Amino acid sequence: MPSQLNKAAVSIIPGAGALALATLYLIAMLRVESQTTILVLLGIGAAVVVVAHWLGWLAPVALSFQERDDALARLAVVAVVAIAGYFREDHFVLLLLCTVLLYTVATLGLTIQFGYAGVLNFAGASFFGIGAYTSALFTQHTTVPHLVVLLVGGIMAALVGCLLLLPVLRTRGHYAAVVTIAFALLLKTFLEVNDVLGGPQGLKVKGLSMLGWSFNDNIEIGHLEMSFYVSYLAASLLMLIGAFVIVRRLERSWVGLNLDALRLDETAARCFGLNIVRWKVTAFLLGNFLIGAAGALYGMLVGFVQPNSYTFADSLIFVSILLLGGIGNPWGVVVATVIVVILPEKLQAIQEYRFLLYAALVMMVLLFRPEGLLPRPVRSYLPGWRP
Amino acid sequence: MGFGLLAQYAMNGLMLGMMYALVAVGFTLFFGVLDVIKFSHGDVLTVGAFAALAAFVGLRSVGVDSSAVQLLAMLIAAIGAMAILGALIARAFVMPLRSAPPLNTLLITLMLGTALREMIRLFYPDGANPKPFPRLLPNGFVRIGEFNLRLDNVIMLTAGALVIIGLELLLRRTKLGLAIRAVAQDEETAKTMGVNFTLIVLVTFALGSGLAAFAGVMNGLYYNEINFGMGLYLGVVGFSAAIIGGLGNIYGAILGGFLFAALQTIGAIMLPFASAYKDVFAFGVVIAIMAWRPTGLIPEKQSERV
Repeated sequence: MPSQLNKAAVSIIPGAGALALATLYLIAMLRVESQTTILVLLGIGAAVVVVAHWLGWLAPVALSFQERDDALARLAVVAVVAIAGYFREDHFVLLLLCTVLLYTVATLGLTIQFGYAGVLNFAGASFFGIGAYTSALFTQHTTVPHLVVLLVGGIMAALVGCLLLLPVLRTRGHYAAVVTIAFALLLKTFLEVNDVLGGPQGLKVKGLSMLGWSFNDNIEIGHLEMSFYVSYLAASLLMLIGAFVIVRRLERSWVGLNLDALRLDETAARCFGLNIVRWKVTAFLLGNFLIGAAGALYGMLVGFVQPNSYTFADSLIFVSILLLGGIGNPWGVVVATVIVVILPEKLQAIQEYRFLLYAALVMMVLLFRPEGLLPRPVRSYLPGWRP
Repeated sequence: MGFGLLAQYAMNGLMLGMMYALVAVGFTLFFGVLDVIKFSHGDVLTVGAFAALAAFVGLRSVGVDSSAVQLLAMLIAAIGAMAILGALIARAFVMPLRSAPPLNTLLITLMLGTALREMIRLFYPDGANPKPFPRLLPNGFVRIGEFNLRLDNVIMLTAGALVIIGLELLLRRTKLGLAIRAVAQDEETAKTMGVNFTLIVLVTFALGSGLAAFAGVMNGLYYNEINFGMGLYLGVVGFSAAIIGGLGNIYGAILGGFLFAALQTIGAIMLPFASAYKDVFAFGVVIAIMAWRPTGLIPEKQSERV
């Protein structure tokens, strides 16, 4: 590889091609109903990836994703819009897509905490749930504009996270893990026994409405009819774009560099004058904000919240997504979320076994490929620069 | 509050403390020899309790009615199976990751715990619902004033104390115990002195997991009910208890277990109106303790904090 590789030299075509193929594959996957066809499709998909890896075709794809990040991100948005357009009348598929997008936002929040700053959080689903409960309370009992409610959901998750700041800052590794696990268990029990918050039955959430436009009505433009989930998909996509941009910019900035430094060696980072506490707090609260905001929208999307949707096992699903995708790589998070959310919904046979399967999958990943499916590339400040 | 009620609370606290202590000792043993935290420990306890239940069902179906024989067989089945499972876990998942970041060990054992929990829920017949656990201990009682001292509780407490004393004797008086303590103190030196490191690690994991199985059976006998999620709770509490006492310190773990149970009991006495919140209180205490003393009351032998 020549050292003076510049931006124009790295073609966008391999990345765009892979994206187009993935889009078509996803449409096919979401379209088919028969379990055997799904299994065949899965087999084909796995075979294609293995063969491409064997022929060395994955390297140019990875390179173009690394170098032409922004352009490919825009194409990915187009791809989501295309999928949504194809399934515009299919409630179930659109709901699934919204779930994927919002889970991705939440896992991006975890990426900031866990992937960059190295702050453990095994209560991801709890903070997601706090966002959802916030949107339930605010939409039912106040007239706060719903767009603000999404922000409040994020802020509430960050505020509740503040309760954990002291123990999380003072502990590390397994100690920090047990703090967040204890919090996840605490919150679920609390929600179950607290009558004000609906107890085990949970609460209803009003649908999102903005400037007189209710998101829970089907859309009719001329003869074109669309499911009301299309509006939610648009909102989720916007939120994901925002989160993605934040994470990308954060990683590339000096803030990301500081976070990496303190994750890799806290003592050395402190010797270089980094304020450990400040950056850990920033990462933890920012991550929680993203998780909470995603949770608030998710609550409006599904219309109800209950303690059983936000258990410790669900938190582990978030962590599984993170590990599967490759810690610290936002693209990996996207791919892993698609796999983790869509697969059990399509393959009904494994629906019941999903926690077990993901646990086994993550154990395999940790044993044989600890860097995840898409390992995080070295951060490049100058386009095309190679050490 | 009358004497009877107070004594009842105290008895309950002691029972809880004994179970927490047994779990905490396991955590502390593993941390001693390998410097790892095995988060699947609580779920090994659950599997042990279910193994005991399966043994009971099996014995009853072949017509063994003597509760002493049943109990003995259940204990042997649970402790034996969990000892093997513990050694297997150490061999397959914990030891291969020794050179990896400690975070990976944490994650793999966490996921393993989830896998064990889910396997019970999915594959044990009707495992998703709480299962009744047989009452096998004599259910007589001695009346002391207003308090009924139940015989089964006394037996369980005595058995627990005997197990802990036995462990103590094993660690202090036998060659195996010497080897375990040597590995815990300094792995390299122990190896040069001819200690079979792998074997000692596996034996330690077997030992700790056997203790968890014993605690699991005890839990079942005390509450007469087991469910697939109980290990998660006991695991988190046991780990916190081990931390309170300082990881790597057996006495600390026992002390931590009883201290935690005492806190919980006092909480229950002080806040009787909030009995629904007792688990919330317990986990709140866990978090508060971690914030207050991140490495425990008796500091860890080698503090990793710089």
